[in-house]
Amino acid sequence: MTVPVLELKDVTKTYRVGQGFMKPKATLTAVGGVSLTVARGEVHALVGESGSGKSTLAKLLLGLIAPTSGEIRIDGVPIGQTDRREVARRIQPVFQDPYSSLNPRKSVADLVALPLVAHGIGSSAERQAKVAEMLDAVGLPRRVIDAYPNQLSGGQRQRVAIARALVMRPDVLICDEPTSALDVSVQAQILNLLMDLKREFRLTYFFISHNLAVVEHLADRVAVMYLGRIVEERGREGLFGAPAHPYSRALLDSVLTPDPDLGMPEAGISGAFPNPIAPPSGCTFHPRCPQATERCSREAPASVAFADGFATCHNAGPALALAG
Amino acid sequence: MTAPAPSSALAPAAALEAVPPRRSPTARFLRRAGRNPSFMIGATVLAIIVAMALFAPLITAYDPYDQDIARRLIPPVWHAKGSWEHWLGTDKLGRDYFARLVYGARISLLIGIATVVVSGLIGTALGVAGGYFGGRVDMAIGYVVNVRLALPVVLIALAAAALVGSSLETVILVLGLLLWDRFAVVARSATMQVAHADYIAAARAIGCSTRRIVLSEVMPNILNPLIVVATLEMAHAILLEAALSFLGLGVQPPLPSWGLMIAEGKQFMFFSAWVIAIPGVALASLVLAINLLGDGLRDVTAPENRS
Repeated sequence: MTVPVLELKDVTKTYRVGQGFMKPKATLTAVGGVSLTVARGEVHALVGESGSGKSTLAKLLLGLIAPTSGEIRIDGVPIGQTDRREVARRIQPVFQDPYSSLNPRKSVADLVALPLVAHGIGSSAERQAKVAEMLDAVGLPRRVIDAYPNQLSGGQRQRVAIARALVMRPDVLICDEPTSALDVSVQAQILNLLMDLKREFRLTYFFISHNLAVVEHLADRVAVMYLGRIVEERGREGLFGAPAHPYSRALLDSVLTPDPDLGMPEAGISGAFPNPIAPPSGCTFHPRCPQATERCSREAPASVAFADGFATCHNAGPALALAG
Repeated sequence: MTAPAPSSALAPAAALEAVPPRRSPTARFLRRAGRNPSFMIGATVLAIIVAMALFAPLITAYDPYDQDIARRLIPPVWHAKGSWEHWLGTDKLGRDYFARLVYGARISLLIGIATVVVSGLIGTALGVAGGYFGGRVDMAIGYVVNVRLALPVVLIALAAAALVGSSLETVILVLGLLLWDRFAVVARSATMQVAHADYIAAARAIGCSTRRIVLSEVMPNILNPLIVVATLEMAHAILLEAALSFLGLGVQPPLPSWGLMIAEGKQFMFFSAWVIAIPGVALASLVLAINLLGDGLRDVTAPENRS
């Protein structure tokens, strides 16, 4: 078996948060015991509600923050032992909001060339040639090369951000909701561009989204995150065909349909997102779970293996596993 | 969403939208500045005073130090006894007043600029470090700022003058080492805003060093408010120098400082009011020009939504 390009082993990130004057600090578990493997060339999606720890996981993968415990490996080499610049050569981000991810004081040429400058690659003429090449690759006309971000549309800005991410020829792109800040009409273009670039540059995507329609369209594997933990990780067909975890089912059921006669979807889960400082006992999803039993509030569930992944639920028994 | 990918990533039609004419931030800044009256008036007056200071020997034939006891306290040309020979008159030692005014502009500008350079470097470095690194660094720097704010400037200048003697260098050093508080406070809050932007996270994920992030990502984005602070502090420093020189703790005679000219003229102010009025007007116009320029800059560099 080949070494996975990204491997997370029991990665945990906790924060100490003050609760006010003279009160003890509490521990907030943003990411708790996440284990994932991302194989080369696949699109691995991560879905979950706001506050579930998706963006924290993205920052961990980019090396922007260090995990409290656990290990992240790139091609089998732990990220902690690698130089930050070496990590940057392999993994690049595409952020959610292209209005804040591009320095407003820099021209497109400077923005795209920044990774080359920071890593001291090439002469200024070589850099210019590479920038022009990247603008072609992301479908931007070369005449924007001297433009500033405020003169570009949202879609154009996101293309600049993608060009910047690709100029170092990384292996992995961490896409943190790359289309959610864009107009709907532009979203599909950017997604199609990302898929074309994946073929052209043989990229691996770690794709964070809460748009399940996008995930179903793009992803090979999907991980569902709830309160800092992966509750289900399956192949795309498995997850969208026969979701095993009640939370995954609820997420899929909550997708709006284009037909207004069908009305608002039945979410199937109730209650608000729990406080991550004081998570519920047992299975952290039990207060909102329609299938919760008394056992769920006592015991944290173990992972149940499926042919194409796992789910962490007491009720995702073998019967469901067979069906999945 | 389910549509197949287009045949090529090379030419999606929507990316070929019209691009507005390219104008760098600098070009847009100059266009807006040209339409701002307070900026233009301030810049013009300041430019005149700077030109006076730079080309002083070409503007007046007199030496500001040349005394002529026989021609003391000649009034300016608009007085009955005035003459075009000394069109702003002479002081109590018979020195040409216009020459002293022109050379005095050098002292005022030198003090204003040198103080702002020294205090700007100190304050910006502290403020950016506090705002960017946060946490304990920020707490320590906040403490230093508070300590500085607890020190009265004139009192420190007085102590310094008593310790090492008053001179031009002492004034610049004392003011430069004391007037950095606003730079620090403004740089800190501006940096804190910028530091949370995604482009800083992007720069870090790209592998930029902290030095590069601070210098090329943070600094250009906090420069506008700092330039405004610099103009205000320059006016502040020029006024403080005049005040210190007036008290005899600043620039020492025979240097032609405007504050010193007022101090030397105060015994004649009842019968020769122009001795005080002329350097006073010069000082007021310089400070007014710098303040107008600062106000103009603030408006010109403000985001589009403000006036």
